[in-house]
Amino acid sequence: MAPAKRRNVSSAKAAKQRIKTAKIDLNDRVELILQSRKHANDVFDVLEGLQSEQEKDVVNAIDASSKLFCTLVERTELFRGKLPEEEEALKGGYSAEEKYSIFMRHRYHSCVEMLLEHLSSEAYGVRESALCSLMKFAAAVGQHPLEDLDWSEHYSFPRELIQTVVDRLLCKTTDNSLLISRFQEFLELEDVRYYVMSSVRASVATVMEKNKGAEMSLYQNNVFSLMSNISMPSKESDLSNFMVKQAAKHEDWKAAKLHEHKRAFERMWLGFLKYKLPSKMYKSVLVVLHDSILPHMSQPTLMIDFLTAAYEIGGAVSLLALNGLFILIHQHNLDYPDFYKKLYNLLEPSIFHVKYRARFFHLADIFLSSSHLPVYLVAAFAKRLARLALTAPPTALLIVLPFIYNLIRRHPSCRVLIHKPSTEDESLEDPYVMDEEDPAQCHALDSSLWEIMTLQKHYHPDVAKAAMLIRRPLSVQEDDIGEVLETTTYELMERDLKIQTKNIPLEFETAVQLLQGGGDALGQNFCLE
Amino acid sequence: MGKAPAKRSLADKVRKTKTSTQIKNNPFEVKINRKKFEVLGRKAKHDVGLPGVSRSKANKKRKETLLKEYKQKNKSSKFIDRRFGEYDTKMAPEDKILQRFTMERQRVHDKKDVYNLNEEEELTHYGQSLAEMEKFNDAVNSDDESEEKGLLSAELTATHFGGGGGLLRKKASGEQEEDGNQRAKSRQELIEELIQKSKQEKRDRQVQREEAQELTEKLDQDWKNIQTLMVKKTPKADKQEDKPKLDEYDMMVRELGFEMKAQPSEKMKTPEELARVEREKLQKLEADRLRRMMGDEAEHSAHAQIHISADDLNDGFILNKNDKKTVSYQDGKWNIGEESEGVKDEQGDVGEEENLEAEEDGEEDEQEGDDEEDHDDDEGDEDDDEDDGHSDLDSEQESEDDERKQEDKASDGNSKSLSAEEMKAQQDAAKAELPYTFTAPESFNDLKDVLHGHTPDNQRLIVARIQKCNHPSLATGNKLKLQNFFGFLLEYVEELATRNPPELTVIDKLIPELYALCQMFPDAACRSMQNILRDAGHSMEEALEVKGHASFPDLVMLIYLKVTALLFPTSDFRHPVTSPAMLYISQALTKCPVRSLKDVTSGLVLCCLAVEYVALSKRFVPELVNFLLGALHLAVRDKASLGYSVVPPFRPSGKCSSLLVLSNSESYKDWSKKKLPLSATQNLDLKTDLDRDSHRLTCLATGLDLVKRCCLLYRDLASFKHIFQPIGTLLSKHLPAQALPEPLQELHRQILETISAAPVTRSPLVFEKKKPIPLRLFKPKIVEVVDDRRKRGNTREERENERLKHKYKKEFKGALREIRKDSRFLAAEKLNEVMSRDAERKRKVKELLGSLANQEGEWKALKRRKKK
Repeated sequence: MAPAKRRNVSSAKAAKQRIKTAKIDLNDRVELILQSRKHANDVFDVLEGLQSEQEKDVVNAIDASSKLFCTLVERTELFRGKLPEEEEALKGGYSAEEKYSIFMRHRYHSCVEMLLEHLSSEAYGVRESALCSLMKFAAAVGQHPLEDLDWSEHYSFPRELIQTVVDRLLCKTTDNSLLISRFQEFLELEDVRYYVMSSVRASVATVMEKNKGAEMSLYQNNVFSLMSNISMPSKESDLSNFMVKQAAKHEDWKAAKLHEHKRAFERMWLGFLKYKLPSKMYKSVLVVLHDSILPHMSQPTLMIDFLTAAYEIGGAVSLLALNGLFILIHQHNLDYPDFYKKLYNLLEPSIFHVKYRARFFHLADIFLSSSHLPVYLVAAFAKRLARLALTAPPTALLIVLPFIYNLIRRHPSCRVLIHKPSTEDESLEDPYVMDEEDPAQCHALDSSLWEIMTLQKHYHPDVAKAAMLIRRPLSVQEDDIGEVLETTTYELMERDLKIQTKNIPLEFETAVQLLQGGGDALGQNFCLE
Repeated sequence: MGKAPAKRSLADKVRKTKTSTQIKNNPFEVKINRKKFEVLGRKAKHDVGLPGVSRSKANKKRKETLLKEYKQKNKSSKFIDRRFGEYDTKMAPEDKILQRFTMERQRVHDKKDVYNLNEEEELTHYGQSLAEMEKFNDAVNSDDESEEKGLLSAELTATHFGGGGGLLRKKASGEQEEDGNQRAKSRQELIEELIQKSKQEKRDRQVQREEAQELTEKLDQDWKNIQTLMVKKTPKADKQEDKPKLDEYDMMVRELGFEMKAQPSEKMKTPEELARVEREKLQKLEADRLRRMMGDEAEHSAHAQIHISADDLNDGFILNKNDKKTVSYQDGKWNIGEESEGVKDEQGDVGEEENLEAEEDGEEDEQEGDDEEDHDDDEGDEDDDEDDGHSDLDSEQESEDDERKQEDKASDGNSKSLSAEEMKAQQDAAKAELPYTFTAPESFNDLKDVLHGHTPDNQRLIVARIQKCNHPSLATGNKLKLQNFFGFLLEYVEELATRNPPELTVIDKLIPELYALCQMFPDAACRSMQNILRDAGHSMEEALEVKGHASFPDLVMLIYLKVTALLFPTSDFRHPVTSPAMLYISQALTKCPVRSLKDVTSGLVLCCLAVEYVALSKRFVPELVNFLLGALHLAVRDKASLGYSVVPPFRPSGKCSSLLVLSNSESYKDWSKKKLPLSATQNLDLKTDLDRDSHRLTCLATGLDLVKRCCLLYRDLASFKHIFQPIGTLLSKHLPAQALPEPLQELHRQILETISAAPVTRSPLVFEKKKPIPLRLFKPKIVEVVDDRRKRGNTREERENERLKHKYKKEFKGALREIRKDSRFLAAEKLNEVMSRDAERKRKVKELLGSLANQEGEWKALKRRKKK
């Protein structure tokens, strides 16, 4: 194996020497076994190497054994069909040839056992080579099946082997994400992917059932990393890269059909999402949901339950669920009652501070771009956003203000929010009810956006300038929010720092002490100690 | 054919003999161009033509040019005039002649007549060479002229006005003498005598002139020798000695005249006046600051540019607004603060340098200020040098200088008396050890070495001296050195703040120096601060990207932020340094989670800074209010049913959300308000619960104080109620005054009062009233009306084009005509030639035939005679 060799080269000289001899030794033995059957007993030495303490030795032994058994499988020197017990084989009336193959088949099984053991080994190198060897075995066995294939509707694929490998990968106690990302290489192969998907489903079902649906963060993490590593093909014609080439009836094979893949994929995800997830997992699933899960499902509407449940949770999870819901509403005709009411209630001070702020405003912009929305709703959104803007950092304000202006532009009857001429010079208390959950009842239309007037005194010049716009009728052209969605505070700082002015204004009040000036806020509360 | 030209030439000849008037009066010569219409006021150029005259002129011209060329045709040899300047049209003919003459003379002189005195005779005017006079280089004479002013002797008049009179007279007298004594002398002798005499005279004159020349040179030499000795004395004095004594009266008059010229200097200012001037200056600066705060600088200038008409009220409106603000502001308390500072800063307006010198004078005695004195001496020398250059003005300048110096001294004296007591102690210490000149440090380590081991006051002194010894006016490289020095000082501040415990007193002492340097080099200071802010912002951004949150800025950064506020105006609408600094503060307040009491303290310092940044401009900082709410929330014991929502980085409940809750509720009884140490933001170890509780209470007190300040700042904001509603709920429901120590109860009450006293009603928003758009006042479109017969084309270009086309056509026709005429002339000439040749031949043939006939006749006659 290439990585193992590389490691050999880089290690210390003496060790290298020793390993080299050991390796040569093992390789020689493999050669001998393959050359003539009289050295068949040397296979025990090779298997002994697999149980060594030294990581390097184990890796070498894995290499050697994979080479040995792959060749043997290719030569079809392993026993095919139902395997008799070893003692039985010795007793029974088998020819020497058969006895040899039965013997080797047993050794093969014990080797696979040991390799599976190694999959949960401590050392990553061992795990990696064990995984690779197992996959090599799978490929070889797929090509030259060890079972009898009398009935023709079965296609040769080492399903049991894959199942056990997947079971091992989805370990309950260790985080296997590194190994799983190595496994991704094999997931490129269509048939492997197909069978892995069904094995994952089976594994999840059994494990979770056994655990009675309780959260198992490590296991679920492993499952998620394996599942999110699966990249689905988008066209039927892309399905060309198989591990096991089927001799006949290739067309009817399930693993060669895209819709079968999709169904397997869908069942796998639904099976996974059926159980309770840790909240972090919720978020990470929702982040990838809209672009790597929903498009590959045969019936995306099956996700409705999951998404509505997530949307009900509130907070950041709801924000993330919006994206999937949007796709369902937009492309799959989902009718979601009280969608806008819920969206309205999502508006909390924290939306300006969460990581997914840009995504939320992007989607909110899309949701509110319909011109068929009732005026009271749009006004409620505008007013609520304005009220929340009183707690927002400048980067968020630079999004929110154009957002509100766009709302008013799209719905000209909302203009009363910023322009409400009245004959008598009355002044009134803000009629807007912030705590009201129903946008229809919050009296936003009777109010005015005094908050934006307040923001005209904001300390950041760009925000203040943006807020000044309500003094005059808004321009017809909508502002493009996309540009400002990703602005960071540092970018704002840079913008100010880059301004070149000829003469920099200086403070004219002569500075004498550190804690002077500015209303003495610092000087009265702190001392120089 | 052949006759017409002949006739014409005859006519030309006749015409030549006549005068122009004669021709013009001859009706046969005149061709009148008949006009169709009489246009009043138009002068016609070509109403009358003289075809004969013009034809003869053209003919003549052709004869001079074309004919000559024709004759020269096919001839290779050429006659070239090589006289000087013959073909130079730029030279005036007189110059040509003169030059030719001098060249001729020179040539003659060079060759053979070197020793011929007689031939050397120049053209003279009363004994003086005309050539010499032309050159006007007789310096001696010109000097004499001025001396002999007013002496109107006969001789003088003769020289000036006599022309050749003198010579004539002499000649006449000489003749008379000769007449009397030796009548017998022949004319030849007489002439020789005359020549000799004149030569003698000439020689004498030459000798005299040379002597005079020598004398002047010698005098110059002597003058130069003694010049260095009597620097101060003006050459005027010498002249006066030379000259006859002036009238006393004249002297008086002149003196008076000079006195009158002296400029009246400004009168000495009384302290009140000085204070007023200072206040006016500060008011101006304040008005400037307000203008920048409004951020309408750019708009204002833009208005000035697109100024439409005088009816546009926009400009005036804004100006009025500004003025109003300024006035109202003056009446506020700001003014009081200014005045008290004004006294302190009196010395400041003299100028940075003087100010510093004054300070140092206060600190040291005269004997110590060596470098200063040197510097002064240098300046004095320079002044002297300048004095040499000027003549009369110097005295005035000096007097002015003296006056200024006196002023300076006066102000120095003031400052001395002011600072004497304070500096007394420092003086003593300074006398003991400190050197007085420092080179500017080349690197940060140099600076550290220099400052190492000195007391804070001494460190300040050293920095001040470094700054002074390397003042940019002293040497060219100093500017750069001091700019770097500013950077080093900032680094030094960083180092001081990172020490354990931080040496904040030293930093405090260094502030005036930093301020002075910043005033000297705003650009460099701005750049250094910007770099610091950029780095800090960048590191925070990186931390946010990697971890999702950042830690509170350390003490160094807090101090930098404070220094920024001290050096640059925080109230500007947009400022290259303070705007990013404010952004940095706000980011720190929103992104840094509060996890310990130390974080609370850092956050409160940041809040203080934010309050200070917006103290003048009263700008709204949402993060500040959020943070204060969160900080107060930390002190709430019962987190259930809040009625308000806290904003990240705070969480309504959970870990670290009860940092300010007292561990022992009785501990507030013996708590008294004291200031928090700044170092608590760096390392805070509180061992006992009691310490911790008292720190908590102090933090709470600070938080409440800041809330109060915010309330006062934002009282006029439209959404004041909504901004402070959460804080109000928190204070009234969850943190009641009873649970607070007594000093805080008052604060608590004040805050709640301010919040509840805020107006809750607002008039609905309307757009700003559009100012009436003034009628567009277009400039009248002026179309040039040209009353021309041919008025083609509308624009100027088209007309110009037409004109040029017409002109070209005319010229083309004229040229064709000329060519035709030329060829006709040439043909006529050729014909003439042929005719004359033929005539000649005919004549010769005739002659020959005649002679032959004669011969024949003779021969026949002879034959007949023989026959006979």
